[in-house]
Amino acid sequence: MNASMNAIKQIRRNDQPIYLDYQATTPMDPRVLEAMLPYFTYKFGNPHSRSHSYGWEAEEGVEKARGQVAKLIGADEKEVIFTSGATESNNLAIRGVAEFYKDRKNHIVTTVTEHKCVLDTCRHLEQSGFEVTYLPVQKNGLIDLEVLRNAITDKTVVVSVMAVNNEIGVIQPLEEIGKICREKKTFFHTDAAQAAGKIPLDVEKMNVDLMSISGHKIYGPKGIGALYVRRKPRVRLVPLIVGGGQERGFRSGTLPTPLCVGLGEAAEICMKEMDGEAKRLKKLQERMLKGLQDKLTEIVVNGDLEHRIPGNLNISFAYVEGESLMMGIKGLSVSSGSACTSASLEPSYVLRALGVEEEMAHTSLRIGLGRFTTEQEVDTAVDELVRHVNKLRAMSPLWEMAQEGIDLKSIEWAAH
Amino acid sequence: MAAAYTYLDHNATSPMRPVVLDAMVEALKAGGNPSSVHRPGRAARARIDRARKQVAALVGALPGEVVFTSGGTEANNLAVRGQSRVLVSAIEHESVLKAAPDAERIPVDANGVIDLSALERMLAGRPALVSVMFANNETGVIQPIAEVVRLARDAGALVHCDAVQAAGKIPVDLHGLGIDYLSLSAHKLGGPTGVGALVVRDGAPFATDRVGGGQESYRRAGTENVAGIVGFGAAAEVSCDGRDVAALRDRIEGSLPGKVYGAAVPRLPNTTCISMSGVKAETQVMAFDLAGVAVSAGSACSSGKVTRSAVLTAMGVEPAEAETAIRISCGWNTVFEDIDRLIAAWQALYTRVTRSDIAPATRRAA
Repeated sequence: MNASMNAIKQIRRNDQPIYLDYQATTPMDPRVLEAMLPYFTYKFGNPHSRSHSYGWEAEEGVEKARGQVAKLIGADEKEVIFTSGATESNNLAIRGVAEFYKDRKNHIVTTVTEHKCVLDTCRHLEQSGFEVTYLPVQKNGLIDLEVLRNAITDKTVVVSVMAVNNEIGVIQPLEEIGKICREKKTFFHTDAAQAAGKIPLDVEKMNVDLMSISGHKIYGPKGIGALYVRRKPRVRLVPLIVGGGQERGFRSGTLPTPLCVGLGEAAEICMKEMDGEAKRLKKLQERMLKGLQDKLTEIVVNGDLEHRIPGNLNISFAYVEGESLMMGIKGLSVSSGSACTSASLEPSYVLRALGVEEEMAHTSLRIGLGRFTTEQEVDTAVDELVRHVNKLRAMSPLWEMAQEGIDLKSIEWAAH
Repeated sequence: MAAAYTYLDHNATSPMRPVVLDAMVEALKAGGNPSSVHRPGRAARARIDRARKQVAALVGALPGEVVFTSGGTEANNLAVRGQSRVLVSAIEHESVLKAAPDAERIPVDANGVIDLSALERMLAGRPALVSVMFANNETGVIQPIAEVVRLARDAGALVHCDAVQAAGKIPVDLHGLGIDYLSLSAHKLGGPTGVGALVVRDGAPFATDRVGGGQESYRRAGTENVAGIVGFGAAAEVSCDGRDVAALRDRIEGSLPGKVYGAAVPRLPNTTCISMSGVKAETQVMAFDLAGVAVSAGSACSSGKVTRSAVLTAMGVEPAEAETAIRISCGWNTVFEDIDRLIAAWQALYTRVTRSDIAPATRRAA
């Protein structure tokens, strides 16, 4: 706890807004930075240089990190390859496996609530002749396992289902999905960018064949990620990046030693502190939700609350325009959805997939809690949110009508 | 400061400059996802924008033309992969050669310079992408890029140039030379590993193969490596610091009797590819490592496989001779003491293996 308190002082100055966007990116843990620093300075060698001790020392750092990442997900270190991030991992996993097996199989199963980089990769593959089934999700954001089972054919090369959703934080039933994939003899890829380090993951128990991990979502640096590639039974991939043949040919390019070391250290810290941290965040999540529910009516939590990481809330505030709310709460850094698309004014496709109506999707906020979030910050955030929601509702004619008992859905709006 | 160990392998990776580290640590502590609209997100975005300007300025490009990648390998892949007809020089880096496995090879002469008349013949008739590196990573030989561009333009072809080893060491001017695509790597010029760029001339056709969140104006998806990019920018700004690295190299070449490859043509000021007659490169690098000097037997990328240099082979060097060449590459923190330690180690080894009282220079003449 002491380490965390010191960390907060380093990370947030008084004039900065309260950071509640831990699904977009996490501040780096100072312990991670400390582990990285020697590899920026005196241990600077190219880990692929075999002719001198600078290279060997860098290689040692990289291999230790590989072991740390492997341990976090119950893998063997030989099964972990470093990439530039989860986007690359997802691109490589899906495209790599699809292209390798394309002579025998041409079908991919994924879900409508995946991260954009999975959906875009699938769309590109559709253009080159693959068939993709986009599974719907239930109202709580989870997939229906029977629907999954029925979607898999003998032409299905890979099923790609994210472990934890980036907008609503719901945890998919990985073990069950893995079991179905193994039965149906298809590969199982999971985008675990939001899950790794936050919930226990075990590639053996979950029968995962490919798993994507991101550094900066687990208090490590940006620009680094990993892809777990199962060796038994072996999964084969066509590489995305070719050249010097690093990472057993799966991914060429000089490995960024400090970033690898940072990812490894971040993984180890997450693993050590996972249980305690999950309990602490659960309390904060409950405190936040209770605080809002006590003082505001007509707010809805999007996505399942039980099967959800404790560091996420996604809430729609009825009769409030999302953009105005975002602009109002200047003291808080939150988002209306995924960071990648947060500049766009479109309602979230994830919320739409849950069946959330467009108006409600427009009023939603994603609130991310994490390692450096304090009780006091949660309380301040609740106060600020309540104040601004009330203010905006007081100005809203719709709110007024709703309070008077008018069913807004019955109104036919004049076209303009 | 005289280091206890001398590092002369800057072409593999260059140690990071202190100013770069300072800039990065600040960015690492600040955090923020540059795609987020809130304040920490916008601050991260501003950091990237500044670095984009710095990198663009290094190579005579516009900021909007810079696409940040995870390094030189990814940049080279992005530029040449999937192109229908590619012409590459025979001495390109593996990240170009393997990304365009069906590419036609443009030969080089005994000095390691691309054969322009061969290029002209190959260009005749059909359009293509020509990929020729600015300067070679093993010999430092600089290619006649202006002529390559002129020939390509006449034939309606586009030009990609891998400037990973050249940028920051000699002037590189994308628009001045008319290059369409230019690859850069931060860690070769005193920046961090894990970041590079493909500079795409405004108007040059470009299709990405990395899809997702639409970062880098839809040219390269994935959350930006903010601190890495900041470090790249800082390194770009200070890399042309006016230090006379060539004087270091000249002392090496003036003191050692080995054959220097590409000596007759323009080369990078920091690179020497030199042979020690009859002594295998692996033997040399191990002996030098024990003597406290880091050099390499060629490119660092090949993951430990010690194979004969494809670059020297393309220059027509006999296999037995090519196996005796090492690469010595100086950089921003190299001092004359480092050079003297290398020279002493080289001479000690040479004397030992030749087991002779005859001075090395005389033996060479014999």
